[in-house]
Amino acid sequence: MAETGRLTHTRAATSAANPVLLMRIALVLALLTIWELLARSGWLYRDVVPSLFKVGAAVMELLSNGDYYFNLGVTAAEIGVALLIGGLSGIAIGLLLGANRFLARAYEPFLYYLGPTPKIIFFPVMIMWFGVGPESKIALGTLSCFFPVALSVAAGMRQIDKVLIRVGTSFRATIAQMVFKIYLPAMRHPIINGVRLGFGFALIGTLLAETKLSNKGIGFLIIQAYSTFDMPRMYAMLIVLFVLAFCVNAAIGRLGGLETIKRT
Amino acid sequence: MTSVSTPAHVAQNPYNAQILGWGSIVVFLLAAEGLIRLGFISQFIVPPPSEIAVSFGRLVAEEHIIRRFFYTVGECLAAGAMITVCGVAVGVLLARYNLLRQACETWVAALASAPFVLAYPLFMVIFGRNAWAIIVMGFVSGLPPVILKTIEGISGTRRVLVNVGRSFNLSGTQQVWKILFPAALPTIFVGIRLGLVFALINIVGTEFLINFGGLGQLIADLAERYDLAGTYAAICFVILVSIVFFVTLEQIERWLRPVD
Repeated sequence: MAETGRLTHTRAATSAANPVLLMRIALVLALLTIWELLARSGWLYRDVVPSLFKVGAAVMELLSNGDYYFNLGVTAAEIGVALLIGGLSGIAIGLLLGANRFLARAYEPFLYYLGPTPKIIFFPVMIMWFGVGPESKIALGTLSCFFPVALSVAAGMRQIDKVLIRVGTSFRATIAQMVFKIYLPAMRHPIINGVRLGFGFALIGTLLAETKLSNKGIGFLIIQAYSTFDMPRMYAMLIVLFVLAFCVNAAIGRLGGLETIKRT
Repeated sequence: MTSVSTPAHVAQNPYNAQILGWGSIVVFLLAAEGLIRLGFISQFIVPPPSEIAVSFGRLVAEEHIIRRFFYTVGECLAAGAMITVCGVAVGVLLARYNLLRQACETWVAALASAPFVLAYPLFMVIFGRNAWAIIVMGFVSGLPPVILKTIEGISGTRRVLVNVGRSFNLSGTQQVWKILFPAALPTIFVGIRLGLVFALINIVGTEFLINFGGLGQLIADLAERYDLAGTYAAICFVILVSIVFFVTLEQIERWLRPVD
């Protein structure tokens, strides 16, 4: 017990004296102080930079509001479906391009160069094809997440250990057996990494589409707060959204055990 | 993979792959033209590709697409200049002061994947609905990769070069300008390339969303007027601009990369 106490004490002393931690705390405090001073200075229009207390109160109000959770559910469902369709089609195309060099040389440059184009410009087309409802948001999210998943899976497939493929071939495995027993298990990390990237793009695509034309979802709430100049609420929604996006991203990373890549 | 493999004599010719890629696009466009003309696909949803091609001329003459292109490029260059100056300065600062770097590097990496573009209403409130809001949007989204790559480039400078500088008794500023910065330039440019690509994506996206500025606004404008062929043509033009921009930056990066 005495030993445990001593160990705890040592750890606490180390973390308290950790200069990096102290620097981080100092930077955060400095930023918050500058923010609060700017909010109280009157240099900017009222509420453009609202007081931290107002933002904190808005976060609390937001999290206790049932309507917010309904809209969060709508956006989450749209992103989920977009990720499912875009992710699965991205994995399928990625597997095909990764397995066949000739097809990769024929089609991968198109994916590579279309990948970094701004997808939101396709939204008018999506509205014409799928209407103004959630379908057009899902379509834009799907389009946004397809490219990173497909490119990541294709690149990952080419990095599979050739020995594993030869083992599958020597056992005369069928295509389905090769995909499910060799390729997919060997490509867990690239696929999860692609899905992680795809999630980020699907989130942005779906939410931007909601801000442009929607009557429900988090994007709609953000643009509604902008229209009514409810700045503390807008800041609160952006903060909660960024935190949620960060948590989901981290969760997907953990699912794929991405941290193990660094260790091995 | 045996079952999706291509015959060896076909796969060996490098031009066959390109012919297949471009040929598929031509076949797709011809099929789309035929299906639309025959009424299988509504012309009120997808205009025939020939009509889209013809409307390019109208976009140049009536919609001043070239002027809008230069407007967007101007915004990109302004954002790019800000990204380069601020990103490299912050990167050098973080690389030189290890404690600051240890404290901030993970934050900058987290910011690189943050969905900044969603905060565009906030930028509209702060800067107004004008070009500055768009430029700052591009700047904020493109800044993290430049900082991260500058840190990487400067930290990766070969020890022998740093020692040469020391042996010549170079001051801190001279060390940065004459040794660290030139050695890190290829890596820094990778960051600038990524930053510019992010900036372009966000600038065109924001133009479209706030209906202001160059190419992005043109698409929003044409879509609101239900000018289908014009909307599709403008989208194709933006894709073309993005690809040319991307390829040009890649070529510059290749040119800067040292030969091993």
